[in-house]
Amino acid sequence: MNVNALLTLAVLLLAAPAVPGIAVRTKSMLSGRRGAPVLQLYYDIAKLLRKGSVYSTTSTWVFRIGPWVVLAALLAATLLLPLDGTRAVLRFEGDLVAFAGLLALGRFALVLCGLDTGSSFEGMGASREVTIAVFAEPALFLCFITLVLATGDVSMSGMLGAPLVEAWPRAAASLTLVGISLFVLLLAENSRVPVDDPATHLELTMIHEVIVLDHSGPDLAAILYASALKLSVFGALVVSVFAPRTGLGPVASIAILLAGIGLVAVAVGIVESLTARLRLNRVPQLLVGAAVLAAFGIILLLG
Amino acid sequence: MHTVPQLVLLFVVLTNFGVLGTTRLSTCIRALALQGWLLGLLPLMLASHLSVHVMLLATGTLIVKGIALPWFLHWAIREARVRREIEPLIGYVASLLLGALALGLAFAIATRLPLPHLEESLLVPVSLVTVMIGLIVLTTRRKALTQVVGYLMLENGIFLFGLTQAESVPFLLEVGVLLDVFVGVFIMGIVVFHINREFDSLDSANLAELQD
Amino acid sequence: MRLLMLCVLPLLGALLAWAVPLAATMRISALLIVAATHFALLLSLWVSPAPPALDGWLAADPLGLIVLSLTSTIFLMTAVYAVGYLQRVRPRGGRMFISGLLAFLGATSVVALSQHLAMLWVGIEATTLALAPLVFHRHDRRSLEAVWKYLVISSVGIALALLGIFFVATAQDGVPGRPLVVGDLVAHASLLQPAWLRAAFLFLLVGFGTKMGLAPMHTWKPDTYGEAPSLVSSLMAGALTSSAFLGVARITQVAMAAGQGPFVQPILLGFGLLSLAVAAVFIIGQSDMKRLLAYSSVEHMGLLVLGLGLGGVGAYGSMLHVINNGLVKSWLFLVAGNIVLASGTSAVLANRGTLHRLPVSGVLLILGLFAVTGSPPFGLFISEFTILRAAFAAGHPWIAFATLALLAVIFVGMAALILEMALGTPDDGHPRVRESRWLVAGPITLACMVLVLGVYIPGPLNRVLALAAVALGGRAP
Repeated sequence: MNVNALLTLAVLLLAAPAVPGIAVRTKSMLSGRRGAPVLQLYYDIAKLLRKGSVYSTTSTWVFRIGPWVVLAALLAATLLLPLDGTRAVLRFEGDLVAFAGLLALGRFALVLCGLDTGSSFEGMGASREVTIAVFAEPALFLCFITLVLATGDVSMSGMLGAPLVEAWPRAAASLTLVGISLFVLLLAENSRVPVDDPATHLELTMIHEVIVLDHSGPDLAAILYASALKLSVFGALVVSVFAPRTGLGPVASIAILLAGIGLVAVAVGIVESLTARLRLNRVPQLLVGAAVLAAFGIILLLG
Repeated sequence: MHTVPQLVLLFVVLTNFGVLGTTRLSTCIRALALQGWLLGLLPLMLASHLSVHVMLLATGTLIVKGIALPWFLHWAIREARVRREIEPLIGYVASLLLGALALGLAFAIATRLPLPHLEESLLVPVSLVTVMIGLIVLTTRRKALTQVVGYLMLENGIFLFGLTQAESVPFLLEVGVLLDVFVGVFIMGIVVFHINREFDSLDSANLAELQD
Repeated sequence: MRLLMLCVLPLLGALLAWAVPLAATMRISALLIVAATHFALLLSLWVSPAPPALDGWLAADPLGLIVLSLTSTIFLMTAVYAVGYLQRVRPRGGRMFISGLLAFLGATSVVALSQHLAMLWVGIEATTLALAPLVFHRHDRRSLEAVWKYLVISSVGIALALLGIFFVATAQDGVPGRPLVVGDLVAHASLLQPAWLRAAFLFLLVGFGTKMGLAPMHTWKPDTYGEAPSLVSSLMAGALTSSAFLGVARITQVAMAAGQGPFVQPILLGFGLLSLAVAAVFIIGQSDMKRLLAYSSVEHMGLLVLGLGLGGVGAYGSMLHVINNGLVKSWLFLVAGNIVLASGTSAVLANRGTLHRLPVSGVLLILGLFAVTGSPPFGLFISEFTILRAAFAAGHPWIAFATLALLAVIFVGMAALILEMALGTPDDGHPRVRESRWLVAGPITLACMVLVLGVYIPGPLNRVLALAAVALGGRAP
């Protein structure tokens, strides 16, 4: 167990709730408002932990353990990321498939909770969420394949670590395309505009928000924290592609990671301010576009 | 992957996909205009020495493909009062996937057709993919104006390939650009105007009366 | 000098007809004068060959001379017809009509005489542009659709041909000789890069094949031939297709000289048989005369390409067929023009009893049916027979049988339609229409030429055809 890796992991886990806050703050400032404080999510989670949960009579044990499965899956996925630039806490050959699988497990648990409530709004949100996942997964894998081809290493620590630094001069164009594609995937997986509007209050237009509508108390705290962590994880992915931090000291690499994630959050805020939410049948188009960008990256590497 | 011409060619491919994936006609035309600008820059970057001929070619291409033709297409949009494309024959998702397939095919074909003396080895595959995507847009879109955009992309692809031969048959590229002007502007523009006047729309499904 | 005149004179005439305000009769006279001068210059080429012009870019080699002769003849006959036509019909855009026709003549002359592939391409492109306003003469919905399809498909074909020409230039990289000049290409053919040459052949075949109306790029043909005025269709079916075929022949010439025969010939055979099959399918049950003739044109384009692909005597047969087909198509379209002038429509059912109403045209129509389907004693029998001979000689008897079967189907289909049109009683007892001399002079002359060619091929023509066949990698019978 690498001390650096554990340290960076702890910092990320602590800092995760601030990331959505940065995005929301950027969006508000661009609209001319002051907006909520960046650390708002910490207060929300603390408040929720003090409260009790209310469960509907139609829900079962699935609804009760779901949020904790989500949180556990996401934490496990974070263990696979080489946050300090060289090694992840957990690494093995082919762990990128495990990474995608854990994210999918989290999504699956969330969707099951939604279906378990027996409410039509949540069911609708669940089906939409899964539809988007159908298009997002191949794109994610195409990005991973590009990274594997560029670095020649089949584990995430290799893909995003030292071999990536060597691969940049050769494969700059492909890696740029992968970075852009991952950013689009970030928007899709974390339910940001243009895929889903986190600030809407109309249930018919929600995708992610409506699934978690019935949760309360510590369950909701777990889900909110898991969402923030997911956003940070994807942000860390994007940052690792553009700025692999091998060979730097622990402080420098943590600083760059946090700054990078912060920048990604600002970028998310900007994108949210500038674009409108896409019509639902255009979302596959966007995701296929991201997949095509990654495929282009692959073709450039092969050709 | 570290030279400027290669980056420009990559952007050309991105504009191709831009045209393929968008529903708004004005965005299509803007992507085409961007492509025209990029194409205008390429002769300057690829020429071994900056002769008068190269400068003229670059300027002419920039003016025709980057400014004049997009302006004319925008005028046509305003005249016909069309904003959006109707769902194309094979759907947008399928179009994007077909475009990705074309990309793979173009690179595969390019390995069979070697140009050893050329330093810029991306020209052949990028020109082939632009030609193919131009053909896809031309054949699968319903609005007459989008079909014209597809044709102009086809022409751009041919221009790109012509740049590999710019030294040996210099005037041929200008002939190709002139072809753009004549066919794209005068005749198709006039015909689009007539189609709109006759049918009050640019949907080419109206042009299906004559058949066996 | 004479070669330049052949190209420039019609273009000057076109400019004159468009720019200078003349009375209609003056313009028609200008048309006739230019056509006659062009024909005279052409005849002088047969008597005493002209030296190459423009540093060898313009020359009358055997292939080009054949196509040029055909073009000039057809144009002269059509110009004579136009006199009678314009007396009865006032096409919208009157000045454009005459200047478009003359520009077409100039462009096809350039195509025929050009030894530089790019110039040939420019010529073909110019024909597209020159004919577009002529197809659109009625300014109504149907002709709008026809001209739109024509422009889109032709332009795509031309663009692909341009890409093919770039490929030829690439194949010529590092090879001695002037770039894209046919003579130099053939002389150094063994040094050309094979991969690029093959790609060039494919694109040029598809590109020029689109202008020829080869299947599957033929979809614009029925609509365009159907909606354009008949004399424009006659020019297109007679002269334009032959000029586009010349483009295909030139790249075949280069490819055969480079030893790419085994690659090139199967592709040509495939396109040829496909065109025959498509024509056969669409001719059955056709209800419009001009569309019928368009599909017949597709059929004959298939035969041309088939002959080219068979090699041996097939090349001779193809070049002979270029002449025969051009003359017959022009003849038939002009006759169709007379029928349309009399009744206002080209639908078969509306034109029953043509033999009664328009006796001369009716006879010419029936004779034309036999000519176009390849019956003796007309010239097409000889050329089609030569092509079939080549199929047997090349060891592909099944091609010959397939062709014969398709030709038989086409004969039945066309005969059913045309005989229904010619015979029978006219529907509403139309009186006999007096046929103007101008309107029948052209078709009658063309018919006589086809008849003569069926019996005897003049010595000089035979010599030039033999030379052309050898250039295409074949031989004379």
